[in-house]
Amino acid sequence: MVWKWDFTFNEVIPRLLEVIEVTINATLGAFAFAVMVGLVLALLRRSDRKWISWPTYGFIEFIRLTPPLVQLFFIFFVFPHLFGLTLSPMVAGILGLGIHYSTYLSEVYRAGIESVPKGQWEAATALNFSPLQKWKSVILPQAIRPILPVMGNYLIVLFKETPLLSAIGLMELVGMAKGIGAETFRYTEPFTIVGILFLILSYSASLLVKRMELKLDLNRR
Amino acid sequence: MTDTQEKRFTAYDIDGKEPIVKYRKISKSFGDNEVLKEIDFDLYPGERVAIIGPSGSGKTTMARLLMTLETPTAGTIEVDGRHLWHKEVNGKLVPADEKHLHEVRGDIGMVFQHFNLFPHMTIMRNLTEAPVKVLGLPKKEAEERAKEMLEKVGMSEKAKDYPASLSGGQQQRVAIARALVMRPKVMLFDEPTSALDPETVGEVLNVIKDIAKQGDMSMMLITHEMSFAREVADRVCFFDEGKIQEQGPPSEIFTNPETERLREFLKGFNVNGNGESQ
Repeated sequence: MVWKWDFTFNEVIPRLLEVIEVTINATLGAFAFAVMVGLVLALLRRSDRKWISWPTYGFIEFIRLTPPLVQLFFIFFVFPHLFGLTLSPMVAGILGLGIHYSTYLSEVYRAGIESVPKGQWEAATALNFSPLQKWKSVILPQAIRPILPVMGNYLIVLFKETPLLSAIGLMELVGMAKGIGAETFRYTEPFTIVGILFLILSYSASLLVKRMELKLDLNRR
Repeated sequence: MTDTQEKRFTAYDIDGKEPIVKYRKISKSFGDNEVLKEIDFDLYPGERVAIIGPSGSGKTTMARLLMTLETPTAGTIEVDGRHLWHKEVNGKLVPADEKHLHEVRGDIGMVFQHFNLFPHMTIMRNLTEAPVKVLGLPKKEAEERAKEMLEKVGMSEKAKDYPASLSGGQQQRVAIARALVMRPKVMLFDEPTSALDPETVGEVLNVIKDIAKQGDMSMMLITHEMSFAREVADRVCFFDEGKIQEQGPPSEIFTNPETERLREFLKGFNVNGNGESQ
């Protein structure tokens, strides 16, 4: 097996760069979804009403403890039969990974919310904030600050899980590498380059997270 | 009054005034621990009442019930003629919902032992957030109010700073200003100097004294500072074991304590006849 540079530069890299955007879009889409739904889950989970908090807890545990690939297959292959809902691989992928990661993030939010001292809630009550204002002005800004680095790390983990989406036919990096391999019978270059691309993106993202962590730390008193 | 019938129980002129706050048969238990036992207590408009007593006597719970931070186990509280913990539906009292609490709670303000400033906001925003969001004041007006109050507590220069850069005493002064911008009718001070370094206690007490002199606000001061209570209060209530054991004008309470419990309690503070610590 000899590494072919011209094949790498003329075929592999251009074709992979063409779909890198797909991987990034799927990552950002799923993460944005997870950030929003995760917060909603965390809040529902805290509800005083058991008929809200218990089913939420059950949902979170169920999603967290089953493989994301099974969930993706379910959304992509079963939803059309069950609900007559046929989704594109991209939408199904964002939905599937988004839901899966929202359950992780809901736990992160929970930790953040619990880290806000009781006195902050009491001061907000004493100033007569409505429950919604309390969350918006006082609790969430303080809850989210310390968990930002953790959320950043989940973004990186999610990014590394996007190759799962090739299983439902999304042409992202790994799907494309497989395609190139199948056409040319050369797998070494495509998968090596895919690995390097993931490394470059993950590493720069992790540097950003590190910086954020440091910055938050400096502002900590 | 049920507690001290004939005797004058406050130095404040309450002639013809209706209490702004009425506790009636208020009890509060935490599990098996009954911290308040059927308390009757009135606070008059403009009156300043100091609440003293050993820790665990239920003083703080008195204030927390009025601020709606704890729910009473039994009894009622009225604020300016309205029930706080109940609302009337067809002539019957039913437990209040958040909407009702929100309406009545606006009359009450509170200063906490640990200040509880919002650490992610500047001092200015600590003071304007609630007036803008809760009272619906235009931002400009809220800032005017805030500036005025910061001046009153001597913290104008720190408006742009964050709470963490302030000393405990400064934070507490800001916390007092934050409560005042809401213009409550009743202010609760829950051991406002207990968490402070000794050298900053004085500045906070002076601020509270100033407010007490100027305003016509009712004040409930839970404190261990006897000379301060003596100087500021119209009435001193001595709490022990979940009950008001004795109350009266400070001159009486500190010079002629009637109950053995109060005498014992005051001994611990070395309080002389003038209510000054020695």
